[in-house]
Amino acid sequence: MNYSIVAENLTKKFGDFTAVDSVSFKVEKGEIFGFLGANGAGKSTTIRMLCGLLEPTSGDAVVGGFSIMNEPDKVKQSIGYMSQRFSLYNDLTIEENIEFFGAVYGLKGKLLEKRKKWVLEISNLIGKERTLTGDLPGGIKQRLALGVAVIHKPKILFLDEPTSGVDPISRRNFWDLINRFSDEGTTVLVTTHYLEEAEYCNDIILINAGRLIAEGNPQRLKTEYIDGNAFEIETENPVELMDILKKAKFIIDVSIFGKKIHVITKKQFEKPDELENYCTQNEFKIDRITRIVPTLEDVFIHLLEHGSKNAQQN
Amino acid sequence: MLNRIKAIAVKETRQLLRDVRMMGVIFLFPVFLLVVFGYAINFDVQHIQLSVLDRDNSPESREFINSLLSTDYFDLVTYLKSDREIREFLDRKKAQCIAVIPSNFSNEIYRNEVAKIQFLIDGVDGNTATIIMNYVNAAVASYSNNLNYEFLSSRGIKLSSSVSLEPRFWFNPDLNSTRFLIPGLIGMILIIIAVVTISLSIVREKERGTIEQLNVSSIKIPELLTGKAIPYIVIAFINAGIILAAGYLFFGIEVKGSYLWLLISTLFFLAASIGIGILVSVIADSLQVAFLAGTLISLLPSMLLSGFVFPIESMPYVIRIFSNVTPTKFYIVCLRSILLKGAGIEVFWEQLLYMVIFTVIVVVAASKIYNKKQLKELSS
Repeated sequence: MNYSIVAENLTKKFGDFTAVDSVSFKVEKGEIFGFLGANGAGKSTTIRMLCGLLEPTSGDAVVGGFSIMNEPDKVKQSIGYMSQRFSLYNDLTIEENIEFFGAVYGLKGKLLEKRKKWVLEISNLIGKERTLTGDLPGGIKQRLALGVAVIHKPKILFLDEPTSGVDPISRRNFWDLINRFSDEGTTVLVTTHYLEEAEYCNDIILINAGRLIAEGNPQRLKTEYIDGNAFEIETENPVELMDILKKAKFIIDVSIFGKKIHVITKKQFEKPDELENYCTQNEFKIDRITRIVPTLEDVFIHLLEHGSKNAQQN
Repeated sequence: MLNRIKAIAVKETRQLLRDVRMMGVIFLFPVFLLVVFGYAINFDVQHIQLSVLDRDNSPESREFINSLLSTDYFDLVTYLKSDREIREFLDRKKAQCIAVIPSNFSNEIYRNEVAKIQFLIDGVDGNTATIIMNYVNAAVASYSNNLNYEFLSSRGIKLSSSVSLEPRFWFNPDLNSTRFLIPGLIGMILIIIAVVTISLSIVREKERGTIEQLNVSSIKIPELLTGKAIPYIVIAFINAGIILAAGYLFFGIEVKGSYLWLLISTLFFLAASIGIGILVSVIADSLQVAFLAGTLISLLPSMLLSGFVFPIESMPYVIRIFSNVTPTKFYIVCLRSILLKGAGIEVFWEQLLYMVIFTVIVVVAASKIYNKKQLKELSS
């Protein structure tokens, strides 16, 4: 198998604090690889190490064929990077921004012209070259930023929460672009908060407190990491119901989704009747109960709660 | 590498040209300082407000007063009528000094006795008071010389030539304080412009997050800084040109020495100033902090410790050591040598060396702090 990124026991310590703890994973060429985890879980630190911005305390990773420990400059030349914080220069025009970053990435002359046209085309901004970037709406700016980040045709693209703060339609368009790059053979590593975005990924890893706690494609995560059955309960008073259900011995996880409650029961409890009985015993009225396929969110809540329990035990 | 430096420089220039406020600051600020220092702050004592209480009211007393007023140094406010007015005029600053001529002034001259004049000077500003006293002393000496001369020649005695002092002031013949101030002014303006512009331009990238995009590209920090420095160095040179032109037009100051050395020492000075700007940009995380810190760090030491206004030689030892915190100190020596004395490199080569040392120290300090801060930021 051909891998774009191979991370081995990647570790970063800041003083006594271990931000990333011996994380290993492999990313195949051309796939979209999702990086999930809560804020402060170590996602950004890992990405920064992979981009050659930060030297690992121990472990190593090979990115695009180069070791981040020994050849961070070569790594930088073969990747593209865009973060949620990254905004283009608002006081430059669209054209000036593209030209500037193109030159920074070492493009010049006819090649730069060609790539400029390409960026304008994929961000739908042909004819607006002289507009000040600061005057563009957020979603379009984000797309332009993505175009600029790949102006040098990197083999690997890192996106650090690229869609935070962008409206759903722009987000959809943004993902169309990411898919397009992936089809063209670019490996994309993306961190995100949005679980529906994680569904677009070929593979996902989940990081918590600096440790890798799950990996696999979304389908596999849903079936393999939950050792039980998922149910959805509709009720008038979900908070109260959650407290009641938490006490039940046959229940692994309970979580609230608006007026609905998702429950993960132990494997032997396969039928909704048993749950319903439990609720009536506790004199609680429920509207409806259905068995469901667990969502990624169920999986993550389950993994995060149990993962953190494990972490405490260690 | 050159391609990337050029890209940064072009980008920086474009941003600067769109920033009307910044352009205003860069080009109006030097003019403002020049006017303030050139015209308003003037240590030359002229047109001293003089009042006279003439109790004698004789041709001799009037002649003495006229001898004072015939120069540019004294302007007559009014003749006082009584003792009581003396206090009022000095208290209310209606006059800086008052000459009191006693009623027996002319009589004593005729009797060849020592004629006395009382001279009251407002001593609040000690410096000015001393200068007034010197003027009056000189005026009185010349007046009594004349008296002696007339007295002796009326008796047919020819005065043998006495010793006469003929002082000449080099480099600044009319002891014009503006001429003394202009070099320091150039230094001060250049350092403020350089420090503030470069630190704001770097901190703006930090604040907006664009610096991260540059970090992840293969651009090197020295390339980035060089590219950023180029437009501001050009601007600083334009500024220096404006000040020199204005100094020539308004205050008649010419460049006596070599333009080449002027250019070279200015380049050294700008390198040191940009070093300070980089240091500020490493410490400051917001534009406000950068602007404030940049202005303070560049303005205050170059004003107080550089020898711009106050001579370093007369400072206490500790302060003299402390005066090395600003490269303006070294640059002023170069400028005074080149502009006023027309001297060559043999006079100020050490200053160039000091500026190089200064630049190295600030840049090393900046990179140390930068590394430390990065670790801290990431671990929090």
